[in-house]
Amino acid sequence: MAINFSVNGRPVTSAAPEGTPLLWVLREELKLTGTKYGCGAGQCGACMVHIEGGRTFSCLTPVSSVQGKSVTTIEGLSPGRLNALQRAWLAESVPQCGYCQSGQLMSAAALLAANPRPTRAEIKDHMSTNVCRCGTYPRIVRAIERAAREG
Amino acid sequence: MTTRREFMVGAAGLGFSILLEGCAATPEARERSGASLAQTPAGGARTVNAWASLSPDGTIWIVNPAVEMGQGSQTAIPLIIAEEMDADWSRVVIVPAAPDDKVYGNPGFRGMMYTAGSATVTGYWDVARTFGAQVRRVMMENAARLWNVPLAELSTEPSTVVHAKSGRRLGYGEIAAVAQLPAVAPAIKPEELKQPGQYRLIGKDVMRVELPTKVDGRAQYSIDVQLPGMLYGAVLRGPVEGSAPLAIADSRSRAIPGVVSIVRMPFGVGVIAETPWAAFGAKDALEVTWDRRARAFGHDSARAPAIYSAAARDLTRSGKPWDVAGDAPGAMQKAAKIYEAEYICDYTYHAQMEPLNSVASVSAAGDACEIWCGTQSQTMAVAAAAKALGIPPGKVKLNLMLLGGGFGRRGHRDEEFVVDSVLLSKEVKRPVKVLWTREDDVRNGRFRPLSVHYLRAGLDSAGQIVAWQHRVACDEVTAFQDPVRYKGGGERDFLAMAGSELSTYDIPNRLSEQLPQQTGIRTSSLRGIGFGPNKFATEAFLDEIAVKHRLDPVDLRLQLLKNAPRGQAVVREVVAMSEYRRARPGRGLGFSFIDYAGTMVAAVTEASVDRKSGKITVHDFWLALDPGIAVQPDNVIAQTESSIIYGLGLSLTERISFKDGAVQERNIRDYGVPRLEDIPELHLKLLSTPNRPTGAGQMATPIVAPVIASAVYAASGARVRHTPFLPERVLTALG
Repeated sequence: MAINFSVNGRPVTSAAPEGTPLLWVLREELKLTGTKYGCGAGQCGACMVHIEGGRTFSCLTPVSSVQGKSVTTIEGLSPGRLNALQRAWLAESVPQCGYCQSGQLMSAAALLAANPRPTRAEIKDHMSTNVCRCGTYPRIVRAIERAAREG
Repeated sequence: MTTRREFMVGAAGLGFSILLEGCAATPEARERSGASLAQTPAGGARTVNAWASLSPDGTIWIVNPAVEMGQGSQTAIPLIIAEEMDADWSRVVIVPAAPDDKVYGNPGFRGMMYTAGSATVTGYWDVARTFGAQVRRVMMENAARLWNVPLAELSTEPSTVVHAKSGRRLGYGEIAAVAQLPAVAPAIKPEELKQPGQYRLIGKDVMRVELPTKVDGRAQYSIDVQLPGMLYGAVLRGPVEGSAPLAIADSRSRAIPGVVSIVRMPFGVGVIAETPWAAFGAKDALEVTWDRRARAFGHDSARAPAIYSAAARDLTRSGKPWDVAGDAPGAMQKAAKIYEAEYICDYTYHAQMEPLNSVASVSAAGDACEIWCGTQSQTMAVAAAAKALGIPPGKVKLNLMLLGGGFGRRGHRDEEFVVDSVLLSKEVKRPVKVLWTREDDVRNGRFRPLSVHYLRAGLDSAGQIVAWQHRVACDEVTAFQDPVRYKGGGERDFLAMAGSELSTYDIPNRLSEQLPQQTGIRTSSLRGIGFGPNKFATEAFLDEIAVKHRLDPVDLRLQLLKNAPRGQAVVREVVAMSEYRRARPGRGLGFSFIDYAGTMVAAVTEASVDRKSGKITVHDFWLALDPGIAVQPDNVIAQTESSIIYGLGLSLTERISFKDGAVQERNIRDYGVPRLEDIPELHLKLLSTPNRPTGAGQMATPIVAPVIASAVYAASGARVRHTPFLPERVLTALG
């Protein structure tokens, strides 16, 4: 049975079996490859998307569970122009290999949406869901603080 | 149709060409303040065969021979060429090099196209600068001819030749339109290259060219490749290296909708399906009996250290020598006092964020193929694909993608993750994307070896270290990772032994040697290679000697560095930065120094130990480093932050264990990769000196374990001698 939902404001339909992780539907069926596969187990955060505005591990989300819901991926975070967070990411030269950064940005965006001026402790706590093997952590903290400041 | 004049020069095959027409920069490239990336990959219409091309519209195409895995070489090498060329960086378009060792091989890496070992800037430093200077010279010679003035009266500004006397100026693009190229490239003497004070680009921090694509999801890794008609592949490998399927029960797998084919492979079973979820499901449903002929069956990482230790401590068994100076055994016999200690480093895993994958499209006749992959060696990937198909390398077209982390995992001679997709595509004559799950990536990992280090140091009556012996018992690495280089390099296991040499220290009699352990375990270079375990052992041992012999650890290093002023400078800097002499109640300060292939690194860290749980907390970390000239200073800082954090994981939490030869860990969490909450405050100082660059991609990783061990001792009196310093190991050390 087809599953209907919206991605980045656009209605989409998936023919995948209902237990299929949303991650793979986004990447291989809808060709939105900015959302990354890292662990498949909710342990690294590379697959982070927003569902109805809240951050969610798309690798743990069965596609059937987003029926009728609104999904935002990195491609839809700020289409057409970079938002404050993305600009801060460039200003602090955060990405190295870059593979985890879509997930980092989606996590950070959810943080700032809920808490526009997070403390450093709140940043560390919130962002510890996301692994960066290149160790860009100090720059992630600085970029979130910059985005909060320069908004 | 583009016409082109070009010349090729020098032993390294450097050359450049001038495009006479048909090669305009994209509008996007023009709008940017920095250089941009070519929109077409190698093999596309704009590929240049030489190192650079000049277009009459002022666009400068510069070839990048390195792969990009986050370390910044894709920007740094073209930047070095542009510096000596005096190119306008905003007009530079970077083009990936074709896989050709003869033209693009790294002179510092035996002429291989191989991005590893923090050797890219170091290896290409001379050729890149010389080539850039040759292009500039040709521009100036042409201007001299056009204006009929002496060459000596000309100078350059970015992409412009200037005749100051008459105020005349000509852009490189204008010159390109009418240029005459010499039959032989002009000779550039080393003293004609720019002095560091003249640099416009080097040392000034330009944005890494691919960075904008990494904040909006556009960056393309091989896992992102989408091709018409593409199928998905998954491979179940045997539990240990060299085991093969004896019997395959695949009826449950074949029943899964979308499964196209199930293929017996020499090393496992491949599944090809219409979707990734069908491929994963079918792989998981396979029931395979494996043969047990492979050597690694029976290997147990809990029992192995005792075996390795016995080999390391048996002085009647001579090892394979690595670092030899003077007469260590003789001097040891005459020493007034001998200290000894043993250190152990567990197996560790790369955990690059992008699980291994590749895409291949083999022709229907099986006589050609195209591959998309993230490899650390373009030429090895092409050679491995060609070998798998039995076709010439020229029949393999490579599309080099960004790497979602490398750390040494993607530079093995057999490039097995590339061959996976080639073999499965050959089977179905359609493009196949092979995906390793994270569990596959861990289970099929290739690891930094288990190593046991037995060290002895002899001191004379004045307290000087006069003899040093370091015996390393570990799984072989180079022979497994790259048999070609191993045989060509005198069968020296440099991936395991590098860093056991102590040539910077004033110790006259030294011997480091390897006792190779034939375990059949898959091993690999891993960020810091042998420097990680070997520097842990040597620096932790020096810390113990200092305490036992009532020497100050910093003074001991300064004494040993008496012939290394750059080493002394980083030591003094980190001592000042960290206020090392100020006591911190309840916490311990550790200190360490390493020379990583010429890059000088010193660190201090402040740590505390929970005596109940054995947990170590690292609070602050100070580090000073001198890598010579820093081409991209902020990127050197970023790489150093990265190296420290990588080293924290290796020191405190990360390990791979084996039972019956099989990996026991499964994913990111049980392996123990550090997260933001685990990171101390980092305080870094880059002491860039006007010396040849010596590398910056991993230099801090090996210093982390010994500096933490030193701090743990200062905080608690416990000597931790086995990485990672797990809480139970700390509790044992606390006694």
